[in-house]
Amino acid sequence: MQASDRFNINSQLEHLQAKYVGTGHADLNRFEWAVNIQRDSYASYVGHYPLLAYFAIAENESIGRERYNFMQVRLYIARMSMFII
Amino acid sequence: MDPEIAKTQEERKRMEQQLASMNSVTFDTDLYGGNDRDSYVTSIPVNEDEENLLDSMIDNEVARKLASYTAPKSLLKEMPRGTDENDDVFGGAGFKKPQRIIDREDDYRKRRLNRVISPERHDAFAAGEKTPDPSVRTYADVMREEALKREKEETLKLIAKKKKQEEEDAANGVESDKSSDSAGAPKRRNRWDQSQDDGSAAAKKAKTTSDWDLPDTTPGRWDATPTPGRLGDATPSASVGRRNRWDETPTPGRVVDSDATPHAGGATPGATPAGMTWDATPKLSGMATPTPKRQRSRWDETPATMGSATPMAGATPAAVSFTPGVTPVGGVELATPTPGAINLRGAITPEQYNLLRWEKDIEERNRPLTDDELDSMFPQEGYKILEPPASYVPIRTPARKLLATPTPLGTPLYSIPEENRGQQFDVPKEAPGGLPFMKPEDYQYFGALLNEDDEEELTPDEQKERKIMKLLLKVKNGTPPQRKTALRQLTDKAREFGAGPLFNRILPLLMQPTLEDQERHLLVKVIDRVLYKLDELVRPYVHKILVVIEPLLIDEDYYARVEGREIISNLSKAAGLATMIAAMRPDIDNIDEYVRNTTARAFSVVASALGIPALLPFLKAVCQSKKSWQARHTGIKIVQQIAILIGCAVLPHLRSLVEIIEHGLLDENQKVRTITALSLAALAEAAAPYGIESFDSVLKPLWKGIRSHRGKVLAAFLKAIGFIIPLMDALYASYYTKEVMVILIREFQSPDEEMKKIVLKVVKQCVSTEGVESDYIRSDILPEFFRNFWVRRMALDRRNYRQLVETTVEIANKVGVADIVGRIVEDLKDESEPYRRMVMETIEKVVTNLGASDIDARLEELLIDGILYAFQEQTSDDANVMLNGFGAVVNALGQRVKPYLPQICGTIKWRLNNKSAKVRQQAADLISRIAVVMKQCQEEQLMGHLGVVLYEYLGEEYPEVLGSILGALKAIVNVIGMTKMTPPIKDLLPRLTPILKNRHEKVQENCIDLVGRIADRGAEFVPAREWMRICFELLEMLKAHKKGIRRATVNTFGYIAKAIGPQDVLATLLNNLKVQERQNRVCTTVAIAIVAETCSPFTVLPALMNEYRVPELNVQNGVLKSLSFLFEYIGEMGKDYIYAVTPLLEDALMDRDLVHRQTAASAVKHMALGVAGLGCEDALVHLLNYVWPNIFETSPHVINAVMEAIEGMRVALGAAVVLNYCLQGLFHPARKVREVYWKIYNSLYIGAQDALVAAYPVLEDEQHNVYRRPELMMFV
Repeated sequence: MQASDRFNINSQLEHLQAKYVGTGHADLNRFEWAVNIQRDSYASYVGHYPLLAYFAIAENESIGRERYNFMQVRLYIARMSMFII
Repeated sequence: MDPEIAKTQEERKRMEQQLASMNSVTFDTDLYGGNDRDSYVTSIPVNEDEENLLDSMIDNEVARKLASYTAPKSLLKEMPRGTDENDDVFGGAGFKKPQRIIDREDDYRKRRLNRVISPERHDAFAAGEKTPDPSVRTYADVMREEALKREKEETLKLIAKKKKQEEEDAANGVESDKSSDSAGAPKRRNRWDQSQDDGSAAAKKAKTTSDWDLPDTTPGRWDATPTPGRLGDATPSASVGRRNRWDETPTPGRVVDSDATPHAGGATPGATPAGMTWDATPKLSGMATPTPKRQRSRWDETPATMGSATPMAGATPAAVSFTPGVTPVGGVELATPTPGAINLRGAITPEQYNLLRWEKDIEERNRPLTDDELDSMFPQEGYKILEPPASYVPIRTPARKLLATPTPLGTPLYSIPEENRGQQFDVPKEAPGGLPFMKPEDYQYFGALLNEDDEEELTPDEQKERKIMKLLLKVKNGTPPQRKTALRQLTDKAREFGAGPLFNRILPLLMQPTLEDQERHLLVKVIDRVLYKLDELVRPYVHKILVVIEPLLIDEDYYARVEGREIISNLSKAAGLATMIAAMRPDIDNIDEYVRNTTARAFSVVASALGIPALLPFLKAVCQSKKSWQARHTGIKIVQQIAILIGCAVLPHLRSLVEIIEHGLLDENQKVRTITALSLAALAEAAAPYGIESFDSVLKPLWKGIRSHRGKVLAAFLKAIGFIIPLMDALYASYYTKEVMVILIREFQSPDEEMKKIVLKVVKQCVSTEGVESDYIRSDILPEFFRNFWVRRMALDRRNYRQLVETTVEIANKVGVADIVGRIVEDLKDESEPYRRMVMETIEKVVTNLGASDIDARLEELLIDGILYAFQEQTSDDANVMLNGFGAVVNALGQRVKPYLPQICGTIKWRLNNKSAKVRQQAADLISRIAVVMKQCQEEQLMGHLGVVLYEYLGEEYPEVLGSILGALKAIVNVIGMTKMTPPIKDLLPRLTPILKNRHEKVQENCIDLVGRIADRGAEFVPAREWMRICFELLEMLKAHKKGIRRATVNTFGYIAKAIGPQDVLATLLNNLKVQERQNRVCTTVAIAIVAETCSPFTVLPALMNEYRVPELNVQNGVLKSLSFLFEYIGEMGKDYIYAVTPLLEDALMDRDLVHRQTAASAVKHMALGVAGLGCEDALVHLLNYVWPNIFETSPHVINAVMEAIEGMRVALGAAVVLNYCLQGLFHPARKVREVYWKIYNSLYIGAQDALVAAYPVLEDEQHNVYRRPELMMFV
């Protein structure tokens, strides 16, 4: 980093970005990014009720079951990624 | 004065009297006064002393007769005087001359220079189980020394007391002869009395010479003349004391030197505490205090650097340089040190330096004239040379001899002076190796750097010293970059240098008497940084550092205090509680009050740094010390300081703190009782409004105390009660208030100023408490309160004044306006002006708080009458008390003022015509305050009249007054409107146009406000040509320093453009884009944007875009900036114009010039944010394509603008679109590219994480890793 860069807003921006889980950096590999995508996706499905309802209709399952399944996937990803990384 | 002169004067006087009696023209002495010649100075004083005496007499107001009425002395002194102060060399306010700390310190604060940087102490933690080396000072040593010193002090006091008593006895004895025998008998027992009985001559001798000059009969440690040889050896001396002035025995050779340094610190041997007698003491104390067994002297431990580790002798740097080894060189053969002797000594103090320079100068001028010279001066004839009278004897007094020119011993023959290359002349030698300039006073600390020694030959230790010195000099005197690097090096290498060498260099610098604020700040910063690095290595030096830093805690400068606190707090964190206590414990019962005071404050900082609970056991022990009251006093003071320092954070420990100090209320020592009460007050104040239960135990002793004590103790007790009462429940508060009020009312009459302030404070506290009813206050407190406090004298002291006003306002909040105002309204006509002002301020505050509805017709009349009187009679009103008071009362009364308005306006008109500018200004200010009320009273005719009067005064030459007049006009225009205004707007505005040229800030601000208001509401009254003229003037105002003026100007452009159409205004503004000044251009672009906003963009855009064709950077950038502001202001209106400006922005985004791209990017951002969701995506995507290539810019402003434009696009186009742009580079082979893309991705992710879920690319699975997200493919 240049000397002038050290104190301007951009460095703050990067600091801010680094605080959030899920943000990336130049050395991120395909697997790590994919894990983030998966986590975000399943968290988003669980978080949006209409989306859950839509999936439930499509898969012919109850909404609760759908939510449970998605949670399981999330947990699985968490465990797997812990395992591999 | 010489007897001879006196005789001549006597004769002359007699002759004059004879003359007077001869021509006896008798005049009436009653009419013409006595003979004024009595007061003439009949001779010019010879000595300077006399002159100074005269000066001080003139200064002394009491002695001087009041010749004429003039401004108060304090004001005169405050006023800047052009010639005699150096400040004005740099043109006043902006450049403050660096200030020496010592110049603004009072005597008490100067006592810091009496302290000595103590040698380092034993670090028990570092040593572990080992027995400390006898050469190291341990805690026990220090404590022993302190005890010894205390004992000595007490003995001295006893002796003084006894001597005094004996003198009294002796005096009695002369009267009654018969008792002489019995009085003589006990006298003979003591040796020191014998010298007194020897007769007057002997006694006199003892007084003047002090008896160590006598051949010593008792060889002991008081023994005189420490010869160099003897100082070195281990004299069995118990005076290991750090500040032992007995060691400082003036040897004959030294007397001259110590006289030569008139020290600010007053630390010369003469500075003994009062009550100490010099004669005859030493022998006795030599006998009385047995020499302790430990026979270790501090002379054993040779300080590493001369003068830094142990400047023992009263901390005078002068004395340091005359340590045995160095002394005899200069002082022996020369009576006064001549400049040549300067560097024989090595270091000199700045005072010495100045003295020498001055002396040299004077000697040159005052050298006796030779006969030849006299011959050439006087004419040849008419003069003859007289023989000196036989009675003439040249002055031979030794004191004058000293001032005379030094004659070398022996015959004054010329000898070729030996060339001395190391000699320094008046011009300071340039420091080698790019070191910063050295001030004369720095030589004693940094002089070594000037010696051109070969660095290679130095020992490693010396090299280290040298390095530290260089760095410190750079920090102290260097340029900011030098300072920065030096500071960093010091910090980085702190552990390498070691604590000892560092502090031995830094701390003496901080004790330098000529230190300036800035230098101290820097050095303190060094300590702070170094502390952080050294951590536990700092332990042996804790006390040293404290000695230097503690004075900061009582500095009058707030930032110095904060700095001091920070250092001590860091120090305690680095050294730990145990070391801190060990270092400071001996100072707790130091004999010097100054030391105890600063130590208490330092302890409170330690407590706040390490937590109160950690310190509680120690505090408890100290507060219960049986040995000395000083320890108890300091302990309790620590509690007080803790409360003051940490405020409501004492609450968790409140009970324990109160328990620790409560026994102090019954202490046998009065001072301890006082400080205990004050500490309780501080605790209660800090804890308010909680924690009454913790004070339960002290209520009773306090209660008893206020009934039994008098004077200072009572004041303290009252203060404690006063602060505890507000914590109580309403019921108890009411009860206690009633009880304590009896005593308070009794003390109302106390003449003691301190008591008065405390009583006022307590009354305020009690009255504001919930349970105290207004009836009770009205009947029981008010009569006495007003009788005792509302007197003229109270208005004279500023602190009393404020306290009284506050208390009265608080009472008024309880009992209402009418009561209070009714009581003091008559005093508005008092003859003392400060008193009238105090009344006015009180009325203002009361009426502002509570309104005027309570005031009945009669009181209203009195009030207006009084206010008018006070307003007219005022001679000066610097704080605007009268003005504010008048305004507040008139505004509070509202419509009820109507009958008085003609009278008020009459006064105002009369004062507007006054000779004094201040009076005129005040009158104009008053109009702007009461304009609203005049409108309420329907006195429009009167206002119109005032408007005309003000209009006539627009030729005012004082800018302050002119500003106020414009402000008044503005107020009138605001309330009566444009149509009814007199003079009519069409006459008023042309008069304002030239005033816009005025460069005074106040005039500019008021004028532009007025013009803007007219342009806003009454533009049609003025011809368009006039407005254009104003437009040109306004351009100049864009240069104003004050933001408010620039903003008002820019807004006025908008109003004018609205009034006369945008074309002409715009042309003016666009032309202005060509100017050089950046601020002016920026303001112009803002003005263009505002014109566009007020007159719709389509009126402006064509001209603006046309202007972009001018091939000039500034203009093009100005246009782009205007566009940026424009789209920011017009928001979603921009959807109609986006297609129009797109080609222009395309061009700008492709320009070579960075600033073009930057400004265009910010225009794109504003545009995108404005039109989000309005269906302009096609244009935006097009623009994004032009913005995107700029993402690799490195200039911070450009990259910032580009990133923001992309963020804007995210909002307007949705995250998915931008993500698609991003995907191409996230896994780019070049890291530089990846970094930028990930940065964009991250801000996208933070901004719209959820929206990205649907847009992520489909990743294919790898072996056992599943990346697919099949859910999103589902379709019903």
